[in-house]
Amino acid sequence: MYPDSRFRKTLIAFWNILKKDMSTYYLKPPNISWGIIFPLAWTLMFFIRTQEPIDVRAILPGVIGMAILFGTTSMLAVTITFERKQKAFDRLIISPNSLFVVIMAKTTGAILFGFCNALVPILFSLFFTTLSGISWGYLFLSIFLISFTSTFLGLFIAVSVHEVFEAQTFSNFFRFPMIFLCGLFIPISSLPVFLRPLSHILPLTYGVDIFRHAINNEGNMPLILNFFLLVLFALILYFFSMQNIKKKWIY
Amino acid sequence: MNNISHPDMSIDDQAIVRAENLSKRFEAVVAVDRISFEVHTGEIFGFLGPNGAGKTTTINMLTGLARMSTGSIFINGIDCDKDHKTAQSFIGVVPDESNLYDDLSGYENLCFCGALYGMRKELRQKRATELLKHFGLWDSSNKLFKHYSKGMKRKLTIAAGIIHSPSLLFLDEPTTGIDVSSARQIRTMIRDLNQEGVTIFLTTHYLEEAERLCDRIAFIVNGKIIRLATLDELVQDFESYETVEFIFESENDKAIPTSVLQSRFPDYKFKPISPNSLYISSAGKLELSKLIAYCEENEMKLYEAKRVKPSLEDIFVNITEEGERHVS
Repeated sequence: MYPDSRFRKTLIAFWNILKKDMSTYYLKPPNISWGIIFPLAWTLMFFIRTQEPIDVRAILPGVIGMAILFGTTSMLAVTITFERKQKAFDRLIISPNSLFVVIMAKTTGAILFGFCNALVPILFSLFFTTLSGISWGYLFLSIFLISFTSTFLGLFIAVSVHEVFEAQTFSNFFRFPMIFLCGLFIPISSLPVFLRPLSHILPLTYGVDIFRHAINNEGNMPLILNFFLLVLFALILYFFSMQNIKKKWIY
Repeated sequence: MNNISHPDMSIDDQAIVRAENLSKRFEAVVAVDRISFEVHTGEIFGFLGPNGAGKTTTINMLTGLARMSTGSIFINGIDCDKDHKTAQSFIGVVPDESNLYDDLSGYENLCFCGALYGMRKELRQKRATELLKHFGLWDSSNKLFKHYSKGMKRKLTIAAGIIHSPSLLFLDEPTTGIDVSSARQIRTMIRDLNQEGVTIFLTTHYLEEAERLCDRIAFIVNGKIIRLATLDELVQDFESYETVEFIFESENDKAIPTSVLQSRFPDYKFKPISPNSLYISSAGKLELSKLIAYCEENEMKLYEAKRVKPSLEDIFVNITEEGERHVS
């Protein structure tokens, strides 16, 4: 065997899984263009709808949330389902690396992709407005937490399906309702009363509220409660996914 | 070879794999039913059985892809129930399907597989180069895996299984679905690897392959191992089993009436080999005089009758049929 310590070997494996995913999936031109086109398309849609100059800062939290949600869930659900179908994922499971390391390496790529996707609307908005007075610390922390929860939502989808097309369909089943239920563009207070409880069981609701605090200083819930609930969702999704993987993938 | 001692068991120095009462149940179906066996260090161990017998499920449990329902597995003395991850660093796996990454080149695939085992960059690059040259794939090393032929994919998958120099290699149907020449090359590679000291656990559908390569063979039928022996021992078991080849004159334009022969001699098995020859087998003594007399009476012009040594195929068919009868 090689004289390196187990920790070093784990780091080598982790880094190479991440690097492989970045070069094979995330840094492919169609995905990069997706990260740019998607937020642009949404911004344009608002512009066409209102036919007036848009308040960029007002729609920015929703566009950032959408960019992360669509980027992370679709990428991870599709890539993992694809690798499972090709049985390439079995290689990772039978390697000497723990399931925790494998899953963290796979999800880190998607989290970084989500983070980068979130930066696109922020950078674009610089052309139209000033971003002074933004709490960057809160903003980046919430971008990270939403990327994390959305990635694990993608993992939850990947564990539940067998085919790539099922992953696409199933992720839309979650994502599209979230656009309307999480207060991205329609305030939760404007939703019918019977739908409001649904908004509160979706992590994106809390992430977008933090964005509003950070960008426009106008959130609906206390900042600390938003962070607490978002971290809680992240932990629940992580443990739930790990349990599911152990049960379904190591059959 | 690293033999790691374990306080709970006295390890047979020879056994690199020890499976005890291994079972796998999928709800009501028992895929593997309390099997026990050992794989000796340095041997090529054949694991044979019909489709759905439990071969791949057993490999999956040994390699950590499936959880055993009951029993225990020791690899290199390590109790896999307690620490499968350490055991996994000693093993290489070549699954029945080539499962490398389509969008990576042959070279990148090998380097990636090496990295999964914690190999440093220089080491995995050196080893990948060596293996690509050894397997005759160096000229295609920068080609994407998806553009490889089936035979090349198989060879690269084997190379990926040994990039980290494992002491035990699991090969699941390594030559299935590839051309004769590639299959021959792969068989030579398997033999070379074994001579270099790698213990090989081989499942195959090709009995001739098992006959040529394996030191010992286990037959699994309906999830149970029904025989485990060396090829010589298996042949000895079948010494009383007699097979004779009858070759009829070629101008004999009538088809051999196999079904008539079968009903006349129900204790024998008749298997047509060509339009004018057939094998006649019996678990006991064959009464050749009666058979010859019957042929003469029925104007079947016999040209030659010769005794045939039982092949592994005969043994396999016999053992699996017997095993299936036992189970039913």
